[in-house]
Amino acid sequence: MSTTIAPPPPALPIARVATGSGGPGGSHVAETGVWIGIGTICMSFAALTSALVVRASGAPDWQHLRLPSLLYVNTVALLASSVTLELARRRLAAIALYATLLLGLLFVLGQVLAWRQLLLQQQSLASGPSSAFFYVFTVLHALHVLGGLCGLVYVQRRRGAGVLSAATYKAAALYWHFMAVLWLYLLLLLTIRG
Amino acid sequence: MGRLFAVTVTVIALVSAAIFALHTWWLPIDISAHGRRIDSQLNETMIVAGILFVAAQLALAFFVWRFSERGGVRSTRPIKPFPGGAAPMVVIATILVGIEILVLTFVGSKVWASVYQTPAPAGALQIDVLAEQFAFYARYAGPDGKFGGMHPDLMNDATQNFFGLDPANDTTARDDIVVGSLVIPVDQAVELRLHTKDVGHSFYVPELRIQQDFVPGMVIPLHFTATKTGKYELVCTQLCGLGHYNMRAYVEVKSQAEFAQWLKAQAAAL
Amino acid sequence: MTHVATPHTHAPPQSWLRRHVFSVDHKVIGRQYLDLALVAVFTGMLLSWLMRFHLGWPDTAVPGLGKLAPTGAAGGVITPEYYLELMTMHGTIMVFFVLTTAPFAGFGNFLLPIQVGAEDMAFPRINMMSFWVTLLAFLVLIAAFFVGDGPPLSGWTAYAPLSAVGKDAGPGQGSGQTLWAISILIFCVAQLLGALNFIATTLDLRTKGMSLARLPFATWAWFITAVIALVAFAVLMPACILLILDRVAGTSFFIPAGLVISDRLQPHMGGSPLLWQHLFWFFGHPEVYIAILPGFGIVSQILPVFARKPLLGPRVFVTCLVAIAFLSYTVWGHHMFLSGMNPFSATLFSVPTLVITIPAAIITLLWIGTVYGARLRLTSASLFALGFVSVFVSGGLSGFFLAQPSTDIYLHGTYFVVAHFHFVMGVAAMFGIFAGTYFWFPKMFGRMMSETLGKWHFWLTFIGVYAIFMPMHYLGLAGNVRRYSAFTDDYLQPLIPLHRFITIAALFTGAVQLIFLYNLIRSRVRGPKAPDNPWEATTLEWSTSSPPPHDNFGGRRPVVSHGPDEYGAPGPRDYVMQADS
Repeated sequence: MSTTIAPPPPALPIARVATGSGGPGGSHVAETGVWIGIGTICMSFAALTSALVVRASGAPDWQHLRLPSLLYVNTVALLASSVTLELARRRLAAIALYATLLLGLLFVLGQVLAWRQLLLQQQSLASGPSSAFFYVFTVLHALHVLGGLCGLVYVQRRRGAGVLSAATYKAAALYWHFMAVLWLYLLLLLTIRG
Repeated sequence: MGRLFAVTVTVIALVSAAIFALHTWWLPIDISAHGRRIDSQLNETMIVAGILFVAAQLALAFFVWRFSERGGVRSTRPIKPFPGGAAPMVVIATILVGIEILVLTFVGSKVWASVYQTPAPAGALQIDVLAEQFAFYARYAGPDGKFGGMHPDLMNDATQNFFGLDPANDTTARDDIVVGSLVIPVDQAVELRLHTKDVGHSFYVPELRIQQDFVPGMVIPLHFTATKTGKYELVCTQLCGLGHYNMRAYVEVKSQAEFAQWLKAQAAAL
Repeated sequence: MTHVATPHTHAPPQSWLRRHVFSVDHKVIGRQYLDLALVAVFTGMLLSWLMRFHLGWPDTAVPGLGKLAPTGAAGGVITPEYYLELMTMHGTIMVFFVLTTAPFAGFGNFLLPIQVGAEDMAFPRINMMSFWVTLLAFLVLIAAFFVGDGPPLSGWTAYAPLSAVGKDAGPGQGSGQTLWAISILIFCVAQLLGALNFIATTLDLRTKGMSLARLPFATWAWFITAVIALVAFAVLMPACILLILDRVAGTSFFIPAGLVISDRLQPHMGGSPLLWQHLFWFFGHPEVYIAILPGFGIVSQILPVFARKPLLGPRVFVTCLVAIAFLSYTVWGHHMFLSGMNPFSATLFSVPTLVITIPAAIITLLWIGTVYGARLRLTSASLFALGFVSVFVSGGLSGFFLAQPSTDIYLHGTYFVVAHFHFVMGVAAMFGIFAGTYFWFPKMFGRMMSETLGKWHFWLTFIGVYAIFMPMHYLGLAGNVRRYSAFTDDYLQPLIPLHRFITIAALFTGAVQLIFLYNLIRSRVRGPKAPDNPWEATTLEWSTSSPPPHDNFGGRRPVVSHGPDEYGAPGPRDYVMQADS
């Protein structure tokens, strides 16, 4: 039997698939992927939030955790990195992208320092439910930020090679801004309920 | 081939349904005051589900019989759309199942509420039931009518202090009666308070038509009235570890006089 | 080294390793998933054989087993304790590594990009990672079977605190259970990566003319399943993290205060066992639909091909799928009627559970209505699709009993439940997998399977599964509790003959699967060459060669101008392909 395949439409490039990458690709699939990823991450953190609410309301052993003030410094660093990333994207300035990477790295290092501070105050995973949730939330968030940093390094390298598409840049930025939004939410949650 | 399929499906459907209908294997006797309502709810569901089961299987069988090609010869008969398209299917399913849902929910939730959402009648006999890996223990308040407090740090199987009682300091605990099977009087409301000292367990007595999980950290009330004397098995239905298969005990339903006598004998033996 | 951009050509990679092992080609990945599922399903089936044997003849030795499991089955006689370990592994392997990997990840990977007319998934490397991470999860789970302190023993639901307190709760709660939790955590990551690809590919990579209305039903089902999976695994993943922390880091998320286990007061306090159940079943019930919805799609695609007739009510079908996906997130509490949660909420969870039967019933009627007036061709694929309808009806209707709290009081925790979920998500999903295999094997491997063997496989399996699982309803009605064995000294003794009947049926039906395995392996090597479109089907995968080239359509992209199931046209060629102009 005959199989009929229409000739390819001339306007359509053969490779519409992300250009051979596991990370953010060349067309708007990268942005779609990031949006789906954001949905998943929201769902995971929503599950953990509901776990926190259930755990906090059901037991007498819940003690409010005083957050280390270093966290606010880290918050400033993360928010600033979002601003520099937008600057980098608008003006395509290399220096601003490096600043973003540096600020992101500072945020993660700052989080590590905050964990150390808490550990020195005998606030460990096992010491109580509020500190346990604090570590779970902040460590998971930091891992996601590290993932974002890897994405930004990838963006930087493609930019250096002159093959970075605006769509990829946009997708990476979207993820990075989401990390900041997620962090603000977590900070609020941990301040109110933690 | 289509005929073979039709016959196979029909035979399977009818034989399966017949075994249900003939009660070849069926529920054990009901010895509870509320069980009748559960059984009738189950019967009602069985009739409806049975009719839908046989109807759907036979419709499938009939259509396959009627519309399959025979002997590998390509049929040239024009296809026929289903009369009315998908609309009748949607209407049939929605109305039939919808009515069924309404009826089952309306009646069934009353049955459920009568067992699980009403408080035990006043004067119900209070019994503490403790589940642990892999046994059940029952505790009666004793002559003073009061239960001693439970202290997890005192719970110990080796000294047989299953409930963690502290008779040295707690006078109400001294006359508490602890036994390894659940003994209850017939025709009297009983309220159990389910405790577990380790992991999740479950309380299931098929004849009593009752089942409830034990949840660590919670004390769960459960009430029922037994209507027939006898000895019945109580099994744990929540996977609770290596010896789960062995976690069984007896429920002994005694006449009220025998029960009073038994309780007295237990108190005297302390 | 600077990153040099090469113009993208989508040529097949040259090295053997990149082509067959670490391939980013969705077709290779799909076949890898199916091979993994094949290994997993025979492992799981072997475990169920041992379980069934023990249920029928608890004191008889299984030859050779004594050497494999010297502690669990000394001298070959399976102990009731070992039975519980077999059961835990059987459930976990089947639910995660067969019912999720085969119908969803396996067939979906191979076919979804072709059916939408794409050259590959949206993120091929993430796709490859998803498979290898799944394999890692499987290996970790298998490792749990062989650790010193015993395989995990908490069932596939791993209820806390049994699963969370560690060694004190007895053998089977040590490192084996930790590996179990790690394995499931890894599996969640893999499935999230997979689902991401499914959704992005369906949304963004559809070829010209492939509107949503022309999307094949199998692709619809995989897409909706991916959305369900994305939400479900995103919840199970943090739950597993909390469980692992309870086990290894001394936290108390799921462990309350005052537990005395093996006469030791546990150092935990304040945790909530019900929290685990809520999180688990919020994943667990949608997981049932992850297992069965791809089967819905496969059947809805296969039935029209062999009925030579369009699916009745395509829009209704898709609407019902969406309704099921939505409702699947509102019903998890029906697993917890007797768990000690507020009894009032039982009614709240009961209603959506009953309501979800409406879209399921509509879909069933659509299938039956599709057969009406058809020119039905009976092949191995269509027989399994019809068998799917039959077993789905059988499994679905027993759900009525368990969806109602009042009847669940009696049936919860009995074999009635075992019968229900095996029919509806075990057997029905397997029938979907079988139908899909017979249907797409020629496309996947370029060779035809033996129809004679396929039909024998169908008849014996169809009768076999009814002989196994229908009597389990009777056991449940008689009050036979699940997760129990060795009934020789209790009230279940009179039921042993029925158990023996089921065991014989299970051994028989299991052996029948060797026909399938033989057919699969033999056809892969020696089957007759498959034409491009052996079934006269219309979707895009049948417009390309068997098997398709590396980029699916040989450097061209099909343009779609027809719906997915235009069959029954008058004339000698009674179908219009999607890519026909």
